[in-house]
Amino acid sequence: MREVRISLIGYGVVGHGVVDVISRKRKMLRGLGLDLKIVSITDHTGTLVNEDGISGESVLSHKTLHEVANSEMSAKETIRSVNSELVVEVTPTNIVHGQPGLGHMEEALSNGKHVVTSNKGPLVVAYDKLKRLADDNGVMLKFEATVGGTMPLINLIERTLVGNTILGIRGIFNGTCNYILTRMAEEQYPFSRALAEAQELGYAEADPTYDIEGVDTAAKIVILANAIFNMNVKYNDVQVRGITEITPESLALAKKHGYVIKLIGEVPALTVRPMLVPIRSPLAVGSTLNAAAIYTDLSGTITVTGLGAGGLETAAAILSDIVSIYRTKRVDAIF
Amino acid sequence: MRLSMELELQDVPGQLLLALQPIKNARGNIISVVHHRDRKTPRGTVPVRLIVEMDRSKLEGVKKELERSGIVVVRAGEERFIEEVSVILVGHVLDSDLGDTVSRIDSTGYAEVMDLSLSMPGVDEPSSAYMKIRATGKKEMQRALEILREVGAQKKLLVIEPVEDDL
Repeated sequence: MREVRISLIGYGVVGHGVVDVISRKRKMLRGLGLDLKIVSITDHTGTLVNEDGISGESVLSHKTLHEVANSEMSAKETIRSVNSELVVEVTPTNIVHGQPGLGHMEEALSNGKHVVTSNKGPLVVAYDKLKRLADDNGVMLKFEATVGGTMPLINLIERTLVGNTILGIRGIFNGTCNYILTRMAEEQYPFSRALAEAQELGYAEADPTYDIEGVDTAAKIVILANAIFNMNVKYNDVQVRGITEITPESLALAKKHGYVIKLIGEVPALTVRPMLVPIRSPLAVGSTLNAAAIYTDLSGTITVTGLGAGGLETAAAILSDIVSIYRTKRVDAIF
Repeated sequence: MRLSMELELQDVPGQLLLALQPIKNARGNIISVVHHRDRKTPRGTVPVRLIVEMDRSKLEGVKKELERSGIVVVRAGEERFIEEVSVILVGHVLDSDLGDTVSRIDSTGYAEVMDLSLSMPGVDEPSSAYMKIRATGKKEMQRALEILREVGAQKKLLVIEPVEDDL
């Protein structure tokens, strides 16, 4: 049995999901030969440390750690001093400077700890630097959850499609936009009403700018461009147009001629823009779903779909990254 | 073989039927008929564009028969436009001179707007237009779309293009 000691940085919706999923899947993970132990959890209110492993039940009822925290250590101090080998970084994202996640990741990688994250900002700002830091320290940086929620994309490309040349990726990477466009098309809602509904249902933030202006999708395009295509690009290299100009009439016209309108991100074209998608295309998914078409030289076009966001769903992607780190190691050990 | 025919009809009832009869007699299969009533010629005739699936050897006979009926055959030959793309424009499509937008594509000689429909919810509201563009090849289509993007940027229109099957 391989024991993996984890420091969790960030205890919002995704952080809760990570604790919940690791707790729920303990038995299954043991079946894989992995004993995942969360030994510290940190958020802006404090840190909870338990070298023997924190039980999910003991913390899941608390929204923040304030009531159960037993240390005032900052995230960086925790990463440095707690005996763990893997850091799960799920603090809020900032695509302008990447902080505070960028500092946490640098600290973890420099200390020889693997990093698994759902935090886009640090990867958009400094992917190359972080990747080099991981390589130099012989550890892994995994970020499946940053791109398509539960939709397996990076692991699919790196593992299952290995040997293929990836010619491009095109897809819907923002569940909020997809929900708004779907409701506008179905109900002829104006944009403002569909947005208000998405906010009521918790799909859109109080400030939805990142989603509806295409910023979130563009951040994911930057991550894919750098990670899959080694393009070394920044956010400003992406041409971005969001969905705020879309009208119910334009959606109705599209439908009449056999199309839906979707916010589509493309790599290596580095564009994010509303596009016409044939109604029968596998990319024409509705509601909060994400979908991506991967264009390859050997396998043709492969399309995947999955839920765009949510605490448990994002945590599922994080869990798959954690497991894949140790599966890789096991394969390495055999050869 | 797919052939295109550009005709000019008198603006009187029954002319279109008259134009289609020789094609029917030649066992041609009519693929599309576009009737440009809004673009009358200075002579007052109505341009009509037909796409027909027909043996090429029958074309001359059909042309002669059409001319005998008083129909002007402007052009007839192999179908030139092989690429077809749908786009939607959103914004003040009509106020920003839709005729000019269309003619910037049509005047290229290698692409043209084949189908156009409009949706206008209110005077001050943004309107939407669906356009089908045809072009003589993939490269020409890309050039036509490039023109449309430039027009969109100038006239503050959102140009929604279709995803392609490949990259």
